[in-house]
Amino acid sequence: MKSNHAYLKTLKRTRVVLAALLASAGLAAGQLRAADFPTATVNTTGLAITDDTVTVGQLHSATGTMAISETGSIEAEQLAIEQINASGGILGRKIKIIVEDGASDWPTFAEKAKKLLVNDKVAAVFGCWTSASRKAVLPVFEKENGMLYYPTFYEGLEQSKNVIYTGQEATQQILAGLDWMAKEKKAKTFYLIGSDYIWPRTSNKIARKHIENVLGGTVVGEEYYALGHTQFGSLINKIKLKKPDVIYAIIVGGSNVSFYKQLKAAGITSDKWNLLTISVTEDEALGIGGENLVGFYSAMKYFQSLENPNNQPFVEAFKAKYGAKAVIGDVTQAAYLGPWLWKLSVEKAGSFDIDKVAAASPGIEFTKAPEGYVKVHENHHLWSKLRIGQWQTDGQAKVLYESALIEPNPFPKGYQ
Amino acid sequence: MSHYSASELWSIFIMQGFSGLSLFSVLLLMALGLAIIFGQMGVVNLAHGEFMALGAYIVYLCSEIVHNHLPALVPYYFIIAIGVAFLAAALVGLLVEWSLIRFLYKRPLDTLLATWGLSLVMQQSFRSIFGAREVTPTLPDWLMGSFKPTATIDIPINGVFVMGLTLLLTFAVWAFMYRSRIGLQMRATVQNRNMSGAVGINTKLVDRFTFCLGCGIAGVAGAAFTTIGSTGPDSGSRYIVDTFLVVVFGGAASLLGTVASAFGIAQGQSVCEFFLQGTMGKVAVLLLIVTVLMIRPQGLFPGKVRS
Repeated sequence: MKSNHAYLKTLKRTRVVLAALLASAGLAAGQLRAADFPTATVNTTGLAITDDTVTVGQLHSATGTMAISETGSIEAEQLAIEQINASGGILGRKIKIIVEDGASDWPTFAEKAKKLLVNDKVAAVFGCWTSASRKAVLPVFEKENGMLYYPTFYEGLEQSKNVIYTGQEATQQILAGLDWMAKEKKAKTFYLIGSDYIWPRTSNKIARKHIENVLGGTVVGEEYYALGHTQFGSLINKIKLKKPDVIYAIIVGGSNVSFYKQLKAAGITSDKWNLLTISVTEDEALGIGGENLVGFYSAMKYFQSLENPNNQPFVEAFKAKYGAKAVIGDVTQAAYLGPWLWKLSVEKAGSFDIDKVAAASPGIEFTKAPEGYVKVHENHHLWSKLRIGQWQTDGQAKVLYESALIEPNPFPKGYQ
Repeated sequence: MSHYSASELWSIFIMQGFSGLSLFSVLLLMALGLAIIFGQMGVVNLAHGEFMALGAYIVYLCSEIVHNHLPALVPYYFIIAIGVAFLAAALVGLLVEWSLIRFLYKRPLDTLLATWGLSLVMQQSFRSIFGAREVTPTLPDWLMGSFKPTATIDIPINGVFVMGLTLLLTFAVWAFMYRSRIGLQMRATVQNRNMSGAVGINTKLVDRFTFCLGCGIAGVAGAAFTTIGSTGPDSGSRYIVDTFLVVVFGGAASLLGTVASAFGIAQGQSVCEFFLQGTMGKVAVLLLIVTVLMIRPQGLFPGKVRS
């Protein structure tokens, strides 16, 4: 270990000298040459790394039900990797991607994860979308010691050495949004609605505790509808009867379109009602149609319309690659962070070894994030801001509020 | 509920009644095509939902074409699109009958497997052609919004539209099956194929036509559903369970049964969802259906046929 340490020190010194040399030679600083990082030293555990390439895996659903949602993540990760390669790669090595299809089927995810880690020996995996797929691959990543970058906002209650969660956990997404509603709209009564599975149920549980214990409000209704449910007539009548100050909706997938269309047809529009959702991003808005959403609010960490020096080039690059009509939602942006955070961690560790990358991850700051600035917490989630966006007819959101950086807290006390 | 005014409760009652009727027409529309294919021909068509999705995609295509090339037609295209959806679904149905189903009439269990395979093929084709994201056609303005007979009552226009279309189609199917010559031949073929053949009915042609018609109606149903929800490659698999539920619960070979069953399930679900909670409402209805089917395995109105 000691010699290793000494070596790393020399390495660091070499790197400083090298960087100075490069800078003086007028080359972009930060471009590292593979020759200065011999494969034998940056890869002590037999990962798929050569003198000029490093292989990573991508594991999303390109087919099946979830392809609707995961396509954006696939595209964003590939864009990030392309950009990293164009700027010199990682430790002087170009990234090669092995793409596997989880096919919206959780056992397939586990099987493909095992294939990527055991057969392909990939240095990192960017993938998964639903909690179900993450739960399916988690034991594989922990047993085979892999590194997963997971992009979706999710219910929390999880932490692993082998996963970096680049989306928000539930408390980051929920609490600040409810606070804003209570403050700006003087909201006291809330109607909680969700699709019937773990994420909406856990999120609404957190929301209810916060409403009742912190905000001093009441929950006048809480109910769940099967995924794919399209008839919300009875629910809408109940909402009209209870007249909540805020409709808090976590409906996902195909149900979304029916839900918002029927709300509009039934006269529940933003001029008289407040609706806050944590499940509608630009991707969903595209399907629902801006005219059905106009005036409603979403609580997200990222909106495509964000104005900051990082976001504009990101949006332009994304559209240049995937067409002018492409939209970027919260998860797509979070997926884009994955490869960059991995690059920064590898360079901080000076090694591709999973243990060293995992240890180097906390404290990593990514200042070029389209959402502004993120930092990896000890619990492998990200410090991030929450924004409230108000939907416009063109399917884009106008950002009305931005919180301070929120500490990720996947195991919130008093909310379980 | 004492702090609600009587007029408010009355409005909710009216709207709740309408939401039940609206669900009824959706279920009936879904089930009509299958009532012919499964009810009359006995073909367990697991790809039926995909024919609905096909109809919906056709409307989306028409919407895109009209908006990009013929903007003057925007207010009217939807009616034409429904007709196109019918023809397209019927045509694909014809192809499927000719290439697949006709070899399997005597092997009902194999049809089950074959049509399930077909449904997977169709789903993946939708995904390859239209992409994985859900699509919604741009609807003409007259289909959006709601009637407001009083200040507190909103009756969604798209619901009324679907209801009208369902009534029209149900009547057409009834008239066709029970008042037309080819309908008579169809029912004769179902009841006794050999005898029908002996009296000069071309049973093969009747089969093909019947299947074709059922698929066409599925296409219309799919087209109508674009006013309610979005369409994705897997939309069909969301419809199929409810569709079979309605047909089986009603009694396979009876049109009246299908109507009654759609009405019962819709009102039951609507009321249960109002007084219970979302998913629990559906669970209650399913339990009820299972109980009824245990007592009456033939469904509500079994066809009266001598065997």
